[in-house]
This record gives sequence, C-alpha cells and structure tokens, in this order.
Amino acid sequence: MAEAFDVVVIGGGPGGYVCAIRCAQLGLKTAVVERENLGGICLNWGCIPTKALLRSSEIWHLLHRLNEFGFSGENFRFDLAKIVERSRKVAGQLTNGVKGLMKKHKITVIDGEAKLKGGGAITVAKNGQATDYSAKHIVLATGARAREFPGLEADGTLVWTYRHAMVPKEFPNKLLVIGSGAIGIEFASFYRTLGAEVTVVEVLDRILPVEDEEISAFAAKQFVKQGMVLKTSTTVTALDKGTNQVTATLKAKDGKTEQITVDRVILAVGIVGNVENVGLAEAGVKVEKTHVVVNQWGETGVAGLWAIGDLVGPPWLAHKAMHEGVIVAERIAGVKGVHPLNTSNVPGCTYCWPQVASVGLTEAKAKETGRKIKVGKFPFIGNGKAIALGEVDGFVKTVFDADNGELLGAHMIGAEVTELIQGYVIARTLEGTEAELQTSIFPHPTLSEMMHEAVLAADSRPLHI
Amino acid sequence: MSTQILMPALSPTMEEGKLAKWHVKEGDAVKTGDILAEIETDKATMEFEAIDEGRIGRLLVAEGAEGVKVNAPIATLLGEGEAADPNAPADIPSTMKAIRAQMAPGTPPRSQPIPPPAPARSEPAREPQPKPAQPAPAQTAPPPQSNGTRIFASPLARRVAQMSGVRLESLQGSGPRGRIVKADVDAAAKGGAPAQAAPQARTVSEPQASGPSIIAPLADARLFYKDDAYVLVPHDSMRKTIAKRLTSAKALIPHYYLTIDCDIGALMEVRTRLNARSPKDGEGAYKLSVNDFILKAAAEALMRHPDVNSSWTDAALLRHKHADIGVAVDLKPGLITPIVFQAETKGLMAISNEVRSLAERAKAKKLKPQDYEGGSFSISNLGMFGIRNFTAVINPPQAAILAIGAGEERAIVKDGKVVAATVMTVTMSCDHRVIDGATGARFLQTFKTFVEEPASMLL
Repeated sequence: MAEAFDVVVIGGGPGGYVCAIRCAQLGLKTAVVERENLGGICLNWGCIPTKALLRSSEIWHLLHRLNEFGFSGENFRFDLAKIVERSRKVAGQLTNGVKGLMKKHKITVIDGEAKLKGGGAITVAKNGQATDYSAKHIVLATGARAREFPGLEADGTLVWTYRHAMVPKEFPNKLLVIGSGAIGIEFASFYRTLGAEVTVVEVLDRILPVEDEEISAFAAKQFVKQGMVLKTSTTVTALDKGTNQVTATLKAKDGKTEQITVDRVILAVGIVGNVENVGLAEAGVKVEKTHVVVNQWGETGVAGLWAIGDLVGPPWLAHKAMHEGVIVAERIAGVKGVHPLNTSNVPGCTYCWPQVASVGLTEAKAKETGRKIKVGKFPFIGNGKAIALGEVDGFVKTVFDADNGELLGAHMIGAEVTELIQGYVIARTLEGTEAELQTSIFPHPTLSEMMHEAVLAADSRPLHI
Repeated sequence: MSTQILMPALSPTMEEGKLAKWHVKEGDAVKTGDILAEIETDKATMEFEAIDEGRIGRLLVAEGAEGVKVNAPIATLLGEGEAADPNAPADIPSTMKAIRAQMAPGTPPRSQPIPPPAPARSEPAREPQPKPAQPAPAQTAPPPQSNGTRIFASPLARRVAQMSGVRLESLQGSGPRGRIVKADVDAAAKGGAPAQAAPQARTVSEPQASGPSIIAPLADARLFYKDDAYVLVPHDSMRKTIAKRLTSAKALIPHYYLTIDCDIGALMEVRTRLNARSPKDGEGAYKLSVNDFILKAAAEALMRHPDVNSSWTDAALLRHKHADIGVAVDLKPGLITPIVFQAETKGLMAISNEVRSLAERAKAKKLKPQDYEGGSFSISNLGMFGIRNFTAVINPPQAAILAIGAGEERAIVKDGKVVAATVMTVTMSCDHRVIDGATGARFLQTFKTFVEEPASMLL
C-alpha cells in the first residue's frame, strides 16, 4: 500500500520547500519530492551562490580603491578556484539548512523524480526503482531552467548557461553575454569587475528591459563607464565554436552584421518551465508556453492538483514562488482570509554593480494606465551616507498617483538598494500614500533617507537638493 | 483680498457648534497654528487653529454664539498690506461662495474649496460640478468616529473613500483582520455592493433632501443610566453585522408595507393529507410545515411577478432569473437568513428538507457565506410565537421581505355570514425604488391565491 500524505510537493526549491513548511505548520502530513538538491536552483545554482560570487567581485573592486580610503597595497591577485569554492560552500551550507528545516517540521523528503499517476497517485523513480505514494493534494513546484534557441544551445564548455557560468574552471578573458535581464547582467557585472572584456547583447532597445527606462539608461551609462560593451536592438544569429573560442555573428536592428570572437558565451535569454516527464498532459493539466496554467489560487483546474513558482510563469523570482507556496498551503488547509498574490507588489532585485531594485509600475507603465501621476527623484550624491561610503552613483525614483496618493512604483539604482526596496514594498502592501511616507522618520545618516527625499520630491519639496 | 475663516467640523458628524471663546481680536496678526477660538460641541471643546497667516479683519460671530453651522463664515482674514477696517462689509463673493459650499452635501471643513462627493458613474450630476481639488496629503489623518469605535482602513482606502464619497463605516473590509483596503472602497464606489454604495446614491439622486446631515447621531445609551444599573454585554460580530446592515437598510431603503389576510383552511387540509402519505421514516419521509407551503407559494408568485424578484443598483434593476428565497432562522440570540436557491424549481418535499438542513447548519454555525449571501426575496415567520402581524426590515440586496403571522381561527364574514376560518396575516415590506404599490399588491394577490388554493400553483 502506497504511503499516503495530505500534501506532496513536487520540487524542493524555494517555492516547494516553503510550501511544505507552511503545510506542516498547518498540521498537514507533508512530503517533498526532490530529484537533486533541496533548495532548488535558488540555493544551489541561482540567487545564493551568485551573491557569494558577487561579494568576491565587490571586494576586488574595493581593493582597487584602497588609496581612496587611506590604505595602500599592490599586486592583488584572485584565485578563481577559491572564489568558486566559497560560493559552493555557501550553497552547501544553505542546502543543509533546508534539510534541517524539513526535519524540524517532520516533512518527509523523498529522493527521486516524481510522476503523476492520476487521482492523487504519484510514483517516484530513483535509480530504476519506483515507489508509489498517494496524496490528497499535490503541489507542482518543478521550477524552470535556462531557455535555449536552435543554434544557440549551451554545451557547458564554450557556451554556458548560468549553471556553468557560476563554476568556471578558467577565467574567460573575453565574454559574450546574450540577454540583459537580471541573470545576464549579474554575470556580466561579476566578470567585468574581475577584469574580463564583456559584451552584452540585448534584442530589445535597452538593457534591464523590465526596469524603469531611466534606470536602464543610468545602468547602461555606468556599465559603459566600467568598460562593458552593450549592444542593444541586436541579436546573435550564429555561434561558431573553435577549440577554445567562439565566434559570434551579431545582427543589429538595421541589418548590419558583425562578428566578435570570445572565450565564452553565457546564454541568459529567459527561462522555460520544467513541464516534461511529470505526467502533466496525462493528468489533464493545461500547459501554455512551457508554463502550467493556474488561477489566482494556484489551482490547475484538476482537483487536488496545484502549481506554484517559476513553473506557473513570471516574475521568475524565488520570493514570488515562496509567497505562492504559502498561499497554496493555506488554501489547502482552508485558512480564512487568504489573499491572492498581487504581482505588482513583488519586488525585483538585480545584484550588479550598481545594484538595481524596483517594485510596482514603471513611470511609462503608470502613464499607460491613464492616471495623473507625480514622480519624485533623488540622487545618491545628495545623501550623506552615500558620500561617506564613497558610493555616489545612483538615484531613487518614486511614482505616485497624483490624485489619491497611491505609491504606484519605486525604482532604485545604486549601492545597497536591494536592501532598501522592502521599505516601499511595505508601503505598497499597507496601502500607504505619500502622506505616510512623508511623515515617516527615516534614520540619519542612512541611504534610506533617499527614499524619504524621493517621496518629498514627488511633491516638489525635497530637503537636501 | 480677504478670505473667510469658516466654522470647522470637529468630527465627521458635527453639524453645528458653539463659539465658546475668541482667542484673537480684530486687527490681530495671526500665523499658521495660532489658536483662533475655542469651539464647543455637545461632546467636547476644541481649539481651532489658523491654517493661514494674515490679520484678523472682522469677527463675524460673537463670542458665546450657539448653533453656529459648520462652514458658516466666522471671521475674515486679511492678507498682507490690506487695511484692517473693522467697518468694511464682509467680502460678498467669498461669503456667497462659503454659503454655497455649506449647502453642498458633505463639505469638509476647509478654507479652500473641497470637492463635493463625486457623482456615481451611472447618473450624471444635474449641475456641472467643480473639478475636485486635490486633497492636501498632510490633512488626511483618520477622523475620529462619532461612536468611538476605530475603523481599520488603509491610508489609501481612506483617501479614496474621501475622494469618492464612500463612507468607510458602511464597508466590510476584506484585508487582514477585516481592514478596509482600496479594493473595498473601489467596489463600493462602483456599486459592486449595492447596500454599501447606497449612501452615495442618495446624495446624488436626491440632493434637495439634505440627506444624512439632518440625522443627528444618537447619544450613547450609557449616558442615561448609572454604571451599576446594567451589565455590559459585548457585541459579537453577528450583532455588529445585524446592527450595521439593518441600520443601513432601514435608513437608506424607502420601505413601505402591504398587508393581506389569507384563509389557509384548504392549505392545512392539503398539508394533513400529504403528511399522512409520508413513509414512516427512512428515505422519502417528509413532514411539511405551513412555512414550506408559504415558501413554495412565494417562489411561484415571484416567477409570475419578476418586478418583485429584483434588486436595486444605481445603474439598473437586477431582475433575478430565479426565486432565491432567504428564510430567517432564529439563533437565540441573533438570526441569519440562509437561502433556498431556485426555489421555483423545487417541490415541497425538497424545500422542506432543505429548509430543515439549512436551519440545522445555521444553528450549528456551519453555514458558508454562499449559503446566506445574495438571495432575491426573504421570508420571516413569527407565527409560532402567536404574533398576528408584523413588519420586517428588508434584507439587502433584496427588495422585499414577507413577514408571516400566526395562522389562527378567526371569525370572518363570508357570504353575509360570520363563520370561523383559519386565517394568516402577512405583511410585505417593499423597496419603493424597485416595487411600486400596485406591483407589490398584484404579487400579494397571486400569493394569496396560491396559499388559499395550493392546487392553483399547478395551473
């Protein structure tokens, strides 16, 4: 007889394991099926290990500014293997942490690949052995992987996805990054800071295309200043692989083509959902463009079958998946007063240098809604803490509904803005208006004062500019 | 040019107050934040501060004056360089403006023009309205509630409510712990919840009736009794909901009442015959009550009178396709009206069993919102207590409720002779916006026929 659970979560990434914890907290007998490592891409091959890498590049950057801060030193070298090793250690530590959390909440962790068998039955295969389980509710959280195009497939040696790019064996002196979303830009920033010649190709007319246009423009200016080559409105039509180099053919919007030869190529052109080999079609789950179709509560339309995270579509962010995991767990348990995810309250962060963070509508999107808006901006150069830190490049921008004061969006670029954005997220979630933000007291001296000033500036009353 | 200083509203419900004391005299220079006067209401005395700087021109209201209407001009403020001429007549245009502002419903106490409540979308305002001025963000502190209970609402919800004229008190919040969020206000402003948006409809459609402003808030009952003369029984959420919904319903729905007597002799006979045919127990057993017949008769009558089976919204009447009939269930204390949906499609046995099941679940507090929300009509029966006749409060968003009295033997005159008959008196409360008098009367006529001759429902 198959072991029976209230809930089986397929996929142990941030969406899946958080969903399982919440289920367990609500008294449900819960299992998580994971084919590789608990923590998923986020912990093992995404958010966390890249932050470890970027910390190393940040230190490298500061080492080159030692004089500015009153130190001296020379002949700095980095050991790529050690940088990568530290990143892997960080990932390993957190994976063990998730294991501990599963144990603490008495969640059964099933090792292997799960397949739906219909009507709450699941079979998990591991090394040719299959074990059957049954569950009243099944949560699909199989995540996503890098998208590849015909002719632009990753081979792991010369052409990388994020997965290869974070464990380089040798340092690529010349690098081509295809795609300028968060993933592409973070790797571009990491390798550029460590000294690689980096070219970024973006099919749209600006880098970081989901961000506010002013943020994109400011970021582009900074990257170019750092020596990055940005080619927007450009596509890669061919990759010709040599023995240890790749020649890429780039085609601009105006039809002009050019060829560049690089050591490595990173593909960062979006992601596709892991919808294969789970038995989705047989179970009657609707899949559109590699993503499972769900309603606002994560219901697939098949009784007892739910889906969350990257698998169900953008924004492809760990914190969005976690939040959906909690919502689904609470819906399963019948918790009252659960609210669906409001995607416009999901912040986005890019850990390049300078950092980028945002929540809500861009100025252009806000205008498209037809509302009267007011916009406030404040630059890092006007902030005491930023000057003391020696981080004067960046700005904070707020977009408000001019009539009712709703904070429609906030956009930031500069040092530590990824740590700051949550202030605006809270304001949006609590439905604060410019009045509450104006009357909130921001500690001095902090970078957060710029958030205050950017709100005051929306009413043309900033204090320090 | 001088500006008017207007009588402030110290609470949202304040209509008038006493100018207890002037802190300035004519010719005094004042700056923002200076205390101008003390204003006294029946609840409190509060200091009134200047919100502009300038020089006091004339004091238009004498110290100690009572019954000064909110927004009436009480003084003039002179700008820089203006002569303080105490004999100068008050600035006529701005006085007129102030008076006009005072006549507009729901004008907040500000010296600058403040928008009247925005008109509901479906009904254009009768006169061109001035474009709403932008509310100053710093002045949106939550107003204290007249009944002392704090309303939990997000800052944005408060702002949007103020702009769209929706009263927060009339809303049920959907946010965490019942907090009112912007979506709730938007829904009410759009008429998504007719009962909640009703205040808005009143001010728009009947501007000449000065609406809520003539209704004084009731004094707290505790004022009339000694502390040791009563025990406090805290409200549970059902009591609060009943209070809120029925106060809104009675205040905002133009009720009127139609009463008719029904001879239920034939109905009682049919009921006895049918009940005698029921299997003793097990599946298929039933025990029909008089109320089951009434519910069936009402459902059939509603199908023949769709005008009654309707709901009011500002945009249009909602003519319901089915007779979804709520049945008031006594919860001792409290009550709830679970709904027999599509009663016109159900037989007496099905209705009887469903009402019994709903009542049991209601008493066990196991009803889900979909069991009691909505509905197109309600029935409230107090006959079992010997109540001969009563009037019920309409259960929004419905437009009518039928109050059923006791079936009792009465002497009636039939063909010129006094005879005994079993008679039941029913009274329908109607929403006049939806149901006109004759419409309601025709419905009751049909209902009476069905009750007096149940077989006629088969026609």
